[in-house]
Amino acid sequence: MSAHPDSAAPSGSLNARAKLAVTAGKAAAAVSRAAGRGSGSVIGGRVALKLDPDLLRQVSAGLDVVLVSATNGKTTTTRLIAEALKAAGPVVSNALGANMPAGITSALADSGEARFGVIEVDEKYLNMVARDTNPKAIALLNLSRDQLDRSSETRMLAEKWREGLAGTEAVVIANADDPLVTWAASSCKKVIWVAAGQAYKEDAWSCPSCGGVMQRPDEEWFCPSCGFRRPQPHWALQGEFVVDPQGQPWPIRLQLPGRANLSNATSTAAVVSVFGVHPQIALQRMESVQAVAGRYESVLVNGREVRLLLAKNPAGWLETFSLIDPAPAPVVLSVNALSADGTDTSWLWDVDYERLVGHPVFVMGQRKLDLAVRLEVAGVQFQVIDSIQQAVAMAPQGRIEAIANYTAFQQLRRDVATPN
Amino acid sequence: MTDSALRLVWIYPDLLSTYGDRGNVLVVERRAKQRGLQVERIDVRSDQAVPTSGDIYLIGGGEDRPQRLAGERLRQDPGLGRAVENGAIVFAVCAGYQILGHEFIDDRGERTAGLGLLDVWSTRGEGKRNVGDIVAEPDPRLGVPTLTGFENHQGITHLGQGVSPLAQVSVGGGNGTGDGTEGAWRDTVFGTYLHGPIMARNPLVADLLIKLALDVSALPPADNTWYDALRAERIAAAQATA
Repeated sequence: MSAHPDSAAPSGSLNARAKLAVTAGKAAAAVSRAAGRGSGSVIGGRVALKLDPDLLRQVSAGLDVVLVSATNGKTTTTRLIAEALKAAGPVVSNALGANMPAGITSALADSGEARFGVIEVDEKYLNMVARDTNPKAIALLNLSRDQLDRSSETRMLAEKWREGLAGTEAVVIANADDPLVTWAASSCKKVIWVAAGQAYKEDAWSCPSCGGVMQRPDEEWFCPSCGFRRPQPHWALQGEFVVDPQGQPWPIRLQLPGRANLSNATSTAAVVSVFGVHPQIALQRMESVQAVAGRYESVLVNGREVRLLLAKNPAGWLETFSLIDPAPAPVVLSVNALSADGTDTSWLWDVDYERLVGHPVFVMGQRKLDLAVRLEVAGVQFQVIDSIQQAVAMAPQGRIEAIANYTAFQQLRRDVATPN
Repeated sequence: MTDSALRLVWIYPDLLSTYGDRGNVLVVERRAKQRGLQVERIDVRSDQAVPTSGDIYLIGGGEDRPQRLAGERLRQDPGLGRAVENGAIVFAVCAGYQILGHEFIDDRGERTAGLGLLDVWSTRGEGKRNVGDIVAEPDPRLGVPTLTGFENHQGITHLGQGVSPLAQVSVGGGNGTGDGTEGAWRDTVFGTYLHGPIMARNPLVADLLIKLALDVSALPPADNTWYDALRAERIAAAQATA
């Protein structure tokens, strides 16, 4: 969210070429918007970056930059940090989730009077963006398998982060409960460790350092082969409290549901403490955050409440199952396999759909037949449908929990925005 | 099968369970139970010994480094080899398939010894990675219909005299040797590049393993409605993009 969304003036420190690039980028974005092809932030940034590859460095030069990267929770945590940091000064952020260099450049070009730039970064671009934006803080939340048909292997990503961030001057705020994140961050000079939890552990049984088999008693983890172990956390999520480095607990009262968001709030409190924002102030500010880009939003479809939940990979589905209404709440699942989703649906078998036993389940989306076979094998009762309206017509009483992966979620949002 | 329960062993879920191949375990287990069989599922982590008394051993795909670690640990464990000598069934996918062969290229780019349970050896392809839906016609002796799956590999697997191709590719890359072969098998040991997972896309392959384990030629019928719908959709989709 830009501090001055109406401001058209690029940051005063830009040189002439950069100003031209920003102007050209804005023109491209306007054309894209006029053509109905989205917000225009990505194409605008792409045009601008092409004209001046150094632009990201320049547009971020006057800002205290915070980078946020992870497999899951990037967009929401970016929003929480942006909200909390406003206690210390105006904030510019790529709040719409355009998290690659072009989208980031475009968001920062509108920085106006902002003091802080809070930037969500795609995992693959973190090193590059960290190099160009000279961040004050980098938040690393979690790493797990995601879209393996087109992405790096998960440990490889941790290795790249480790190499790329080794020399950073930024304070790195890292999840001590995630062995891959810990591995990535443990070469950094200044690290604040946060016990933010880890629900999905299937990518963390093999020691990222030596390949030994990880032991995980209670909250601890360690490798018996090389001694790599969970660092002592400075901040911790305990129940529904953030515990600060002095051991003081602060209650988390979010509108956003689920354990994952308690975790995101804990990381947020640790991040903004770097800029002198007290956890109590930070948590109060986080209370105002409702739906983020439609995630967790409740809508009415033909008079029936439907909650929209985004889950893109096994870790995300696991977190989502833990927050839905208990059985027999009706559940809609929608899965696509476009390039933005990953075209391989094999990951459905890494998700414990067995947890939906007892819920009436409806499946839709491009890959509803993959879901049908998955649920058949899981022993879950389901019906195959073509639209959310059909689910509303067929589902028994109660709020409908609609869980969808990336493009299926966007489709769902469009479908509920225009009732049939 | 030596006693009343079908012993289904899943090798190294901590290392070789990255591409949804866990589904193979779930589908075999489900379809065996649907036929009234007791199933004892044994998940063997890579710091545990591989039991010799299993009926069906399943191995999945994994990333390059876990593949090397899995190969090292399996080479030091005589369990799987003894099980095969006893007539156990082994079905391995992608990285697991390569481990069953004589050698493969590891994450450091080095040639690494496999288990030699299949007369195959793997090299690394120079060209484009094979990623996408695959359709292949299986060896008719297996008695299963057209195979559908999803492949995602850089490796090329060369077949020796001691094995037969599992299938001939009609859409996709398969073994990557340019002769259209996909996978390999000999007696009760099978290797393939197909994810999807393969058993979810091809439930009769799961049934084949169960039949081999029971030493029977047929199983009671199972409801294949959703599997068949998925198969038809994926085969048509792959052929449309080919």
